[in-house]
Amino acid sequence: MKNLKKVLGIGVVAIASFFILAADHIDAPAVTGGDSDITDFYAFQGENTNNLVFVANLQGLLSPSATASAVFDENVLIEFNIDNTGDNVEDLVIQAIPRDGKMYFFGPVAPSQVGITSVIETSATVGGYVDITSYGSSANVATNGGMTFFAGPRDDPFFFDFAQYSAILDGTATGFNSPGSDTFQGTNVLSIVVEVPKSMIGGSGTINTWVESKRK
Amino acid sequence: MKTIKILTVAFTVSLLAFNCSNDDDTIMDENQLDFSGTYSQEDQMGRPAVNTVFVNAASKDMFNVTAPSNQNATYQSMFQTNLEALSPAFANPGDMNALGQTSADFTGLLATDVLNVSLDGTTTFYDGTNVLTGRALADDVITVELLLIFGGEDFMENPTLSNDNVDENDKAFLSSFPYLASPW
Repeated sequence: MKNLKKVLGIGVVAIASFFILAADHIDAPAVTGGDSDITDFYAFQGENTNNLVFVANLQGLLSPSATASAVFDENVLIEFNIDNTGDNVEDLVIQAIPRDGKMYFFGPVAPSQVGITSVIETSATVGGYVDITSYGSSANVATNGGMTFFAGPRDDPFFFDFAQYSAILDGTATGFNSPGSDTFQGTNVLSIVVEVPKSMIGGSGTINTWVESKRK
Repeated sequence: MKTIKILTVAFTVSLLAFNCSNDDDTIMDENQLDFSGTYSQEDQMGRPAVNTVFVNAASKDMFNVTAPSNQNATYQSMFQTNLEALSPAFANPGDMNALGQTSADFTGLLATDVLNVSLDGTTTFYDGTNVLTGRALADDVITVELLLIFGGEDFMENPTLSNDNVDENDKAFLSSFPYLASPW
């Protein structure tokens, strides 16, 4: 145990800002507290097993009282990237961007450029839009061309005893508690959820996928 | 008067024609909206907690704007150094996690921060059988990562560090779209 503490101590020095929150919440200085901060990313088979669901969550740790005034930024594009050829370069993107109370979706479509800058692929022939759900209202869900869309506040699905983790790395605790305490209990995020037929993103096999936020 | 009528008809027809072709080309209802411009990256994420845990403070912003295809070359050695410093389960040469990965293998996987997703069945970060076939809402990804970082070859090492004992979300998920629970 002594050795462990020593090792952990070294770890804290080596990874100086290890204490930053969680899944990807507040992961780096430039995005912390901003409206482009991605907190989490999920990709899973839908209730209809012919479909895949992508979830991007933004602006984490919203208290209930702060949630009603949290909004998607019209200058921030959320882009789901899909590599279905195994080279970790996006072959398809699904873009989500808000305008006038609606979230617009373009794709899946082959992007006109890959990498860290994007243009909105308005010539995409698939996609759709949905009214952004306001806090306190039931979820607005829209469908188009086999795809299903949602945008609005949801409970943060992430769970982690981050406070105890910090204490361990801080050297003020030697392990987790049992039971632990969910640091994200009672907090909300802004979510974008899109469900898409697998046939539109490769059909079978394994894809590599990631989500990006990009600002105009 | 006749001429005006004809002109009006012609104008109306051309308007209709314009609208029709527009509908064919684009998604819908966006004719008056401005989607122009170039958008530059600020944040990105594949697997949970990777930037948070493995990237040095000074490099966190840069990691977020490095394309996944370039991440391994730039960051794998940093990840390995940080993993070996952090976890006693990787303190000695030859140490592995329960997937049989050395620190070089494990960080070689993690340094390219993409989520691998199967289109052929179960999608889970890890469910005891399937490994890295997606990420479902209920997956206890932090405990999986703690086990792979601290749990050693058999998930038995450093038991007080390899499970945070928070095993589920604070609200039940929905079985149907949009799957996430309503906000607090």
